[in-house]
Amino acid sequence: MNEIIDPRSVDRPNSYIGKSIPRPNARKLVEGRGQFVDDIVMPRMVHVAFVRSPHPHAKILRIDGAEAIAMPGVVRLFTGADLAKHCEPWVAVLAHLKGMKSAPQLPLPLERATWAGEAVAAVVAETRAVAEDAVACVRIEYEPLPAAVDMETALSPGTPAIHPDLGDNLCFQRVNESGKVDEAFAAAHKVVEATFHSARHTGVTLEPRSILADYNRGSAKLTVYHATQAPHMMQGVFAKHLRMPEGDVRVICSDIGGSYGIKVHVYPDEVATAVIAKIMARPVKFIADRLESFATDIHARDHRITARMAVDAEGRITAIDIDDLTGIGPYSVYPRTSAVEGNQVVNLVGGPYDFANFRAKTTVVFQNKTPTCQYRAVGHPIATAVTEGLVDLAAEALGLDPVELRRRNLMQDGTYPRTSPAGMKFEGLSHEKSLDTLLGMIDYAGLRAEQERLRAKGVHRGIGLASFIELTNPSPFMYGIGGARISAQDGCTVRIDPDGSVMAATGVTEQGQGTEAIIRQIVAEAVGVPIGEVRVITGDTLTTPYGGGTWACRGAGIGGEAALQSGLAVKEAALKVAGAMLQAQPDALDLIDGQIVERKTGQARMPLAELARIVYFRGDTLPPDLPRELMQTRHFITKEYPFAFTNGVQACWLEVDIDTGMVNLLKHWCVEDCGRIINPLLVDEQVRGGIVQGIGGALYEHCVYSPEGQLLVGSMADYLVPMAAEMPDIEVGHVETPTRESLLGAKGAGEAGTAGAPAAVMNAINDALKPFGAKVFAQPFTPERILAALGKVPARWPVESPAGSPSAATPAPQPRAPGVQAQAAEKSPSLLARMFGRR
Amino acid sequence: MSAIPDIAVSLTVNGERVSRRIEARRHLIDFLRLDLGLMGSHTGCEHGVCGACTVRVDGRIVRGCLVLAASLDGSQVETIEGVSDSGEIVDLQEAFIARNACQCGYCTSGMLMTAADLLKANPRPTREEIREHISGNYCRCTGYHAIVDAVETVAAKRNGRAGP
Repeated sequence: MNEIIDPRSVDRPNSYIGKSIPRPNARKLVEGRGQFVDDIVMPRMVHVAFVRSPHPHAKILRIDGAEAIAMPGVVRLFTGADLAKHCEPWVAVLAHLKGMKSAPQLPLPLERATWAGEAVAAVVAETRAVAEDAVACVRIEYEPLPAAVDMETALSPGTPAIHPDLGDNLCFQRVNESGKVDEAFAAAHKVVEATFHSARHTGVTLEPRSILADYNRGSAKLTVYHATQAPHMMQGVFAKHLRMPEGDVRVICSDIGGSYGIKVHVYPDEVATAVIAKIMARPVKFIADRLESFATDIHARDHRITARMAVDAEGRITAIDIDDLTGIGPYSVYPRTSAVEGNQVVNLVGGPYDFANFRAKTTVVFQNKTPTCQYRAVGHPIATAVTEGLVDLAAEALGLDPVELRRRNLMQDGTYPRTSPAGMKFEGLSHEKSLDTLLGMIDYAGLRAEQERLRAKGVHRGIGLASFIELTNPSPFMYGIGGARISAQDGCTVRIDPDGSVMAATGVTEQGQGTEAIIRQIVAEAVGVPIGEVRVITGDTLTTPYGGGTWACRGAGIGGEAALQSGLAVKEAALKVAGAMLQAQPDALDLIDGQIVERKTGQARMPLAELARIVYFRGDTLPPDLPRELMQTRHFITKEYPFAFTNGVQACWLEVDIDTGMVNLLKHWCVEDCGRIINPLLVDEQVRGGIVQGIGGALYEHCVYSPEGQLLVGSMADYLVPMAAEMPDIEVGHVETPTRESLLGAKGAGEAGTAGAPAAVMNAINDALKPFGAKVFAQPFTPERILAALGKVPARWPVESPAGSPSAATPAPQPRAPGVQAQAAEKSPSLLARMFGRR
Repeated sequence: MSAIPDIAVSLTVNGERVSRRIEARRHLIDFLRLDLGLMGSHTGCEHGVCGACTVRVDGRIVRGCLVLAASLDGSQVETIEGVSDSGEIVDLQEAFIARNACQCGYCTSGMLMTAADLLKANPRPTREEIREHISGNYCRCTGYHAIVDAVETVAAKRNGRAGP
């Protein structure tokens, strides 16, 4: 009864899995009738705004809120000490990341600010505007302290430890090694090496971080409307750190304006908002403004990797050796920690290739910058850029075409299951078939011919390839094993209602990916009702099964399988009732398109709505002991593999203007294998959106800091994101290797685009620059860096300050005597000082 | 400084006359959202870069975060709610749904206002012209390709051709 037929093989009724069906929740969004957190208005609601440190590192000497509190409309001011009484601190470490350390963190710090932008006091007022006015009138005396800014010197003897109790600025270090690396390099035919930089960047969700917390003292319940990917996790976090029973906290996600990993973390200002709501026993809203987003949303991908690859005379990779360094800000971010990105890099480098000798080291250090943590495709774009950059260097060194070198080294289809030298277990991948599919899409020979033809005319185009793997469907091995209360299982409840319609409540959440759409498709097919009869509920801890939410590409693979199994269970329960009503064996019946039918003939026997009517209103007419359980819940967790890896390959075709250094993207392709595709329309747009997010990191995005630790990009006019005019059309192809861990067979698809795009862009630029012997390895690949590689402008890499920025003339801050007023900060040209230390 | 709302404005929003006393610093987007409860237009970057707050004033699209409401006395303002109710852009909305050109939906109101503006001025835009016209509207989810497809489809249908 429970087999799922490949839906495209037969066009049978009630078949939805595998079809491009538009999202049911899109209409309200195109009419402007969604409900985002900032759209919610409640009686007695007040707004909180935060006074933020203008210093990367400073002792907080005194907070004087007298002037602020006297302003009309201002309700209350809170300091770190005020909130600490009501909140347990947190330390973001995971036990399985051996030796990892971090410092305790509170909603607002008690003694020291450790990055420019850290909230140090909170003002509550009747409106956001008044709260901001008052923030500008809070007088804070700081004593600036020496800052650890540059990750390269974070562990140097002269650099102060940000948290003296920890002894030094080392958060985590790991070496992942297998085989005989040194011997392989000694015996190599060729060794290629390069140093790669992936710039620190951030997610720039168009809806900023948003939270509205309401505490009812009468019922002792906290209700939090929260733009979060993981409502049950946040329920646990609020309960634990506000010292409440978990059952007294309800987290509700209404519409969420983009997440990409940004909204799966615990942010001190959001916890502060919940604590303030509890103290004041009224609704408190915090919506980050754009400057706050840049300075306090998690950053990511601030890595420097020195890397080398050994190849033999036959063009076989024999060894990879990398050394990764990443700076994560002053605290590891709770509860996922900030060591996972570096850990992913050392797990994923070399991932698509068949070789034996591997060494990867990551060093994760503290620094006085915005904290970093997991952001879409965590570690993948870094690992892929390093791997694919080395592969292209090796191809060049051997005089081989990049496609040929990949053909000789990709893990062969049909050789699975197998384990990579980094220790990753692969159930089934399709690198070769994916590459073949891609080459069929791009006309590789034609592009090479066009490249040659245009080179003669002084037009320099390049084609770049990038094979990649992507980690999806994570098991407890990702977080739970390390002690984090982050659920890897997920559940779905499916209920048949009296009119024969179906309700599905799922623990996975929607931030625009199409979660509700795929759950609806799966449940409609599993139960056997028309798709329009299914309503999906997500994002409410009170009404959905306990689950992890949506992150690490688990919505389809984990949440989807739970929905499938609960839908099938409901169908089985309904057929049991139908058998009694129709005096037939349940096995002889089926439920298709809302009708109970004869399984063999398809002849309709009874509408599901009639069955439901009898069950709910005339149960007296059924046999007394007949189970009539038209609501079923099933949960799913992966069993054999810690992760369901996917794979794919991308190609980028672009033109480099060698006079201006500008890159013009002409076309981008991706073939990816996410197992069973539930909705091709949604998968393709996940891939396209992911690719553009990856291109952003490759070409534009950079959280630039001054040497003193001031963030120099605080608005969308400073921090460049991909806009429509610069982006290419993107063609997406598929190979399907379903996972056998589940009946559904789906793996994740949301991060594949981001994983591979930067590598493809980098290789394409370097391919275009080949006649000049120029190469770039430091993202973002700005015109200046390309011109520097061409020798047309002086190289100044690595540097952090853009030319002509005010910070270039700013002397390093000197520790000041206690009592120096914050107003002194106004003399500093730094953006945050201007914005956060306004008076 | 917090100020007593002291400027009187009367304007027409989505066909309805509204009169309010507002602070001089009140931006149009805040006026729409906070004073009128029209939550369909969104605040994104507050610097006129992202286009999430795009609305129409006297027939031209503007950034709601860059226009002071006090300057709009006597103006005609149209928002996503207004053009949805009137049915003016129903074909664009259907195309955005069908093509999955809207994911999280936060940019969508502004994107649709901008797309409608393009098709009014240029009924037969090329893909490049579509990309250029929406280049002031940031979308982090889609990568733009689907949006360009949707606008192109609507342009073709309005011109009596089948879409791409």
